[in-house]
Amino acid sequence: MARRDDAPWKPSNLAKAARLGEWAERITHPIAKRTYRQGFPYLPPTVPWGMDVPHKPAKLGADYDTSWARKAPAKFVRRGIVNGPMRLVIKGITSPKVYGTDRLSDLQRLDDPPPLIFTPNHHSHLDTAVMAITVPEPWRSKLVVAAAADYFFDKRWKAMMASLSLNAIPIDREVTGRKSSEMIKELIDDGWSLMIYPEGGRSPDGWGQDFKGGAAYLSARTGAAVVPVFIDGTGALFGKGMKRPKLGTTKVVFGHPLRALDEENTRRFSARIEAAVSELGDESLTDFWTARQRSARKENTKLTGPEYTGWRRQWALSERREMGTAGLRRRQKRRWPDLGN
Amino acid sequence: MPRPGFVLEVDKSTPPILFWRGENFSLEKLPAGRSRVIYAPEPLPAIEDVDGAIRHALLNPIEQNPLPEQLFSGMKLTIAFDDVSLPLPKMERPDIRQRVIEAVLDMAAEAGVDDVHIISALALHRRMTEEELRHCLGDRIYDAFAPRGTLYQHDAEDPDNLTYLGQTPHGEDVEINKRAAESDLLVYVNINLVAMDGGWKSTATGLSSYKSLRHHHNPETMIHSRSFMDQHRSELHKSNWRMGKVLIDSGVKVFQIETTLNTDTFPSPFGFLAKREWEWSPSDRMTYLASTKALKRTPTRLARKIFHSIEAPHQMTSVQAGDVEAVHRITTEHVYKQQLVEVKGQTDILTMGIPYISPYNVNSILNPILVMCMGLGYYFNMYKGMPLVREGGVIIMTHPTQPDFHPVHHPSYIDFFEQVLADTTDPHVMSQKWEKQYAEDEWYKHLYRTTYAYHGVHPFYMWYWGSHALQHCSRIIIVGGDPKTVRRLGFVPASTMDDALEIASDVVGRAPTITHLHSPPLMVADVS
Repeated sequence: MARRDDAPWKPSNLAKAARLGEWAERITHPIAKRTYRQGFPYLPPTVPWGMDVPHKPAKLGADYDTSWARKAPAKFVRRGIVNGPMRLVIKGITSPKVYGTDRLSDLQRLDDPPPLIFTPNHHSHLDTAVMAITVPEPWRSKLVVAAAADYFFDKRWKAMMASLSLNAIPIDREVTGRKSSEMIKELIDDGWSLMIYPEGGRSPDGWGQDFKGGAAYLSARTGAAVVPVFIDGTGALFGKGMKRPKLGTTKVVFGHPLRALDEENTRRFSARIEAAVSELGDESLTDFWTARQRSARKENTKLTGPEYTGWRRQWALSERREMGTAGLRRRQKRRWPDLGN
Repeated sequence: MPRPGFVLEVDKSTPPILFWRGENFSLEKLPAGRSRVIYAPEPLPAIEDVDGAIRHALLNPIEQNPLPEQLFSGMKLTIAFDDVSLPLPKMERPDIRQRVIEAVLDMAAEAGVDDVHIISALALHRRMTEEELRHCLGDRIYDAFAPRGTLYQHDAEDPDNLTYLGQTPHGEDVEINKRAAESDLLVYVNINLVAMDGGWKSTATGLSSYKSLRHHHNPETMIHSRSFMDQHRSELHKSNWRMGKVLIDSGVKVFQIETTLNTDTFPSPFGFLAKREWEWSPSDRMTYLASTKALKRTPTRLARKIFHSIEAPHQMTSVQAGDVEAVHRITTEHVYKQQLVEVKGQTDILTMGIPYISPYNVNSILNPILVMCMGLGYYFNMYKGMPLVREGGVIIMTHPTQPDFHPVHHPSYIDFFEQVLADTTDPHVMSQKWEKQYAEDEWYKHLYRTTYAYHGVHPFYMWYWGSHALQHCSRIIIVGGDPKTVRRLGFVPASTMDDALEIASDVVGRAPTITHLHSPPLMVADVS
């Protein structure tokens, strides 16, 4: 509606803001002045000349305390984040298809399902979010994620975000330190399941990396079974070095829970976990029977890819990617019986 | 510790008893002082390490070498499995057949076996849909074998894929699936839901053709099977065992894997269906009231859909593998351990509530012929020793018995109802006069082979299933059934249980004894 010329003057929004600012300044200025005049202890102490202030131990990195993120209010908020925006975004970007959860059904049916250690391969930042929405209940709602202390916990805001939205706990990439393993043992004793990337970081070239012994060590130390998981496709959507994610489809295959055998050391158990993830990868790219046959013949393609380097390695990777969509998994033709006409 | 089954003598303080009525249920007051109710034993505890038990069974079979020793590179391996008719209701994923077959495949892969076929042993039943196969075998097996064409369903009307193996000393033809007959090893994966299942019946029936089946699926055999749940007194089983001998003599090598399940039949919201009425909690009562009232107002199609979506929390109680007969002896013991209830003496009237499901209407409709088969073929035969009802007694069933047929699954049933039952309800007469025509009808064969239809002869077999009960009882009454349909079956319709007892009094007098079979869960009455 057009404004009438004789309408009373009304202040613009800018004028209103300026007036509000003036008013705020009028109130706060005397208080600030008085505080400044009074100095310490209202202000930080000044340091005497020549004295060194002792270094305050950093509360970031592996030392970051995440216990607040496992308390009820944070859990409530996280549930909202994971089941709301995260699920929506991840499903929109990756459309994950989940296989093999029936392999956990025996444990799922128990009155008190035991905590587990999930060990997926790692190609993308999307992996954690994909796992956060695809791990079956009851483990999903009590899942902590082992995240690289040097990457996710180097700044306070990053640490808070990771703890709140993913229930991440800081862990050293190279060695599972005593402090981290103690904390994880306590968490598992408390009924929390753990998700840890045994490769230690995202794949640099699309192929996997050798598994580090952390998951096997933690399993042996805590008694929790290890569930191998293969995530297929996230690397192509948002792999290392990509600036923004692409839309596509992914697949998550869960394997049978594994435990260390009698007299099996951590290294051997870790190798077995790696072999199980490799076989799931094969199963994901071909089918269950082919993967089983190749595994029996010890012909499974290793997660880490072929030994050779350079373009042949990339070439082999592209072949592997093709198998995922155009390999043996074709749509079944309807087989009508031959009626002899 | 699960409680064994027991027989409740009904007195004045006994609450009304639950009766199934198709896709609904009702509570009926039974006369005090002369009625009794047979309750099934509670579900036995399940095996905790299912995969470990399966592996143990395969590595330590009964009267055969361990499975890995029988597998070798270059061999032809066929794995046959029971079809959608078992278990009832379908079990929660993963189905036990998936777990067993995966274990067998693991060993086959280790042994370097490449030529593996997986066959659904469905005899003259309908083909399973992709969804049903996936449920039964799991996505892993389906995705690995179906696209290669090595997971398929037995076709009893495909002459090119059947092998004639000879005759039994009784002149019974034995013809089974060619691939199964010509394999170096046939592994049969079974679910023994009732004592009737398994043994040679798995192979000799599941993988055979009409030519073979007609020798034991006929009124004469059925009448002389007393009962199907007691292998040693069942002509049906004797015939199958004779055929099994022909299989062995022909060189067919069978590695039988049999599993038994407990009777944990309904998931938690429907748990009250398996409970004793006086033990219903307030929430059970609320659930009963809410579900009966809601189901009354629910369109039948939707109600069926709801019921057929129920997945039973069945758990495995045993698994054994090896020689067919040796394995089956142990399996039957396990089934009896779960299902047997001791009952003293027969009764004048046997009552039974017919549920929404039978082996032949999974994801389908329990049509009037299947109602008859459930009541007179299955529930009547749930005995060892002698029938629960005395000769000349009365059977009272509760079921709506509407003339509803699934046009895809049961095409020949429609004609059977309209044409054969209009002519005769006598199994002998219909077998002589009508069976051949239906069995050899080209259209029914075509539907059986190319769609999801039961074989043309199947409704006859369902009717024969009740032959013994028809001969044994003097009157069959269906409470709540559509009168016209019930009369077409040759039975008597009644509106209420009181009416039915009044009608029965013509035959059994004013104060008859009554026994109610509180099933499901399944049970077998050991009548002495």
